[in-house]
Amino acid sequence: MTTPTAVALEDTKVAFRLGDGRVYTAVEKAHLNVAPGEFVAIVGPTGCGKSTLLNVAAGLLTPAAGSVRIFDRPLSGLNREAGYLFQADALFPWKTALDNVAIGLEIKGTPRAEALPRAQQWLTSVGLGAFANRYPHMLSGGQRKRVALAQVLIRDPKILLMDEPFGPLDAQTRQVMGNLLLDLWNADRKAVLFVTHDLEEAIALADRVVIMSAGPSSRIIGDWRVNLPRPRDIFEVRLDKEFHALHREIWGVLKDEVMKGYAQSTHAAEVV
Amino acid sequence: MSRVILLALQVLVAVVCLTLWQLLATYPVFGKILLPPFFFSNPVDVASQIVKWFASGVIWKHLGITLAESILAFVIGSLGGVLVGFWFARQPLVAAVFDPYVKMVNALPRVVLAPIFALWLGLGIWSKVALGVTLVFFIVFFNVYQGVKEVSRTVLDNGRMLGMSERQLMQHVYWPSALSWMFSSLHTSVGFAVVGAVVGEYLGAAAGLGYLIQQAEGMFDVAGVFAGMFVLSAFVILIDFGVTLVERRLLVWRPTALDGHG
Repeated sequence: MTTPTAVALEDTKVAFRLGDGRVYTAVEKAHLNVAPGEFVAIVGPTGCGKSTLLNVAAGLLTPAAGSVRIFDRPLSGLNREAGYLFQADALFPWKTALDNVAIGLEIKGTPRAEALPRAQQWLTSVGLGAFANRYPHMLSGGQRKRVALAQVLIRDPKILLMDEPFGPLDAQTRQVMGNLLLDLWNADRKAVLFVTHDLEEAIALADRVVIMSAGPSSRIIGDWRVNLPRPRDIFEVRLDKEFHALHREIWGVLKDEVMKGYAQSTHAAEVV
Repeated sequence: MSRVILLALQVLVAVVCLTLWQLLATYPVFGKILLPPFFFSNPVDVASQIVKWFASGVIWKHLGITLAESILAFVIGSLGGVLVGFWFARQPLVAAVFDPYVKMVNALPRVVLAPIFALWLGLGIWSKVALGVTLVFFIVFFNVYQGVKEVSRTVLDNGRMLGMSERQLMQHVYWPSALSWMFSSLHTSVGFAVVGAVVGEYLGAAAGLGYLIQQAEGMFDVAGVFAGMFVLSAFVILIDFGVTLVERRLLVWRPTALDGHG
């Protein structure tokens, strides 16, 4: 046996019971492995269940069938090895930036006097050293994401789960955040599962790009290795020839699914 | 507009009103006094009554009693509201069972309880405190209940993913959220604590601002009634100002805390 897989989803199926009693299958038999230190991006059309899959890996959702293994141990309850970066604002609004980061340690029982200086270091490494005493509402969207990143990373999780974390940000801020993420990840390579609907972002960041089909009952329909050299710069990697070739190749598959996804969502809207 | 001009205009309104009141109560218009002093008194008499109260020091005792009743009503009502609100929000079954009764009691105009409280608790401060408690409790209760129920799903999930136990979720998520809702209704609940105290005094007491007004009314001393009203509103404004200061301190993290009353 080689090194254990950080995240292993085996034939994972996720279903929800709808209000009228019918069962809606979001994800059908997903099979996905993430090695330790590997950066995997999941891309798919809206509503394909990619966030659902992430929540299964986090232990926030229990799959209807199949298994989830974290470092070769079956997952029950919440995934204690993972840090989760949410799409929506998830900071505690009543805590300052510093306290929001320190809480990650304080939960584990680290004394406050010890947690605060380390939280300050983390704020500095995400570029917010001077904003320690600001409350979340006094920070911009991008700054809040930086605090959230520090809050997750200070716990030093072995796995990083990210649900379209930069989705709500404007295009430039997304790129800056992407580079920040890559810098931090280069310094300490964790297994990353990164969900996004932005194919360019996925290729620029990840070692592997996984494509999901349009929902319902979506499946994983493609798995590409990204062999662009590291360390990468998100601004420059997009000019790379290989980047373009890969983008064209993956987009060829993804485009059909995106169209299908749109057709289904408009159809669903008509039925409703 | 500058602050000075605004203040000048605000003072002007008071001056015009008081002057009109004084004039109409003193001089006849077309052979008739529009504000007969027996029913309306006049500002000079009211002011001299207020001065007399403060000069003799009588008023302090009454103010002290009303303040004590208000504070007790606020503290006891808030504690009860926070505890029960928390309990109901965390135990949906309990909340569902008690729901109609809570609505029923809250629908009752609290004034009708005053005689019952006077019978049970006597004419001392506790019957007034009890009346204030019934008012404060429901405001705090509903806010805390809402505060615990409406904790953002994402913030809660984030707490869980960061490894918080149920107890830590309570301490770092539910509790601050509930308190913030309670503090946002601070003006209302403090106001109601005072209302409970004064109405209770008015309906039967031996001291307090409500008692003072009721006594004056019983002797057809209209100047006394108005004097009591002015002292009472000054008292409430002072308390409200104190609440604003406390609120600014406690809700710094909220974007709305800076623009005062919600």
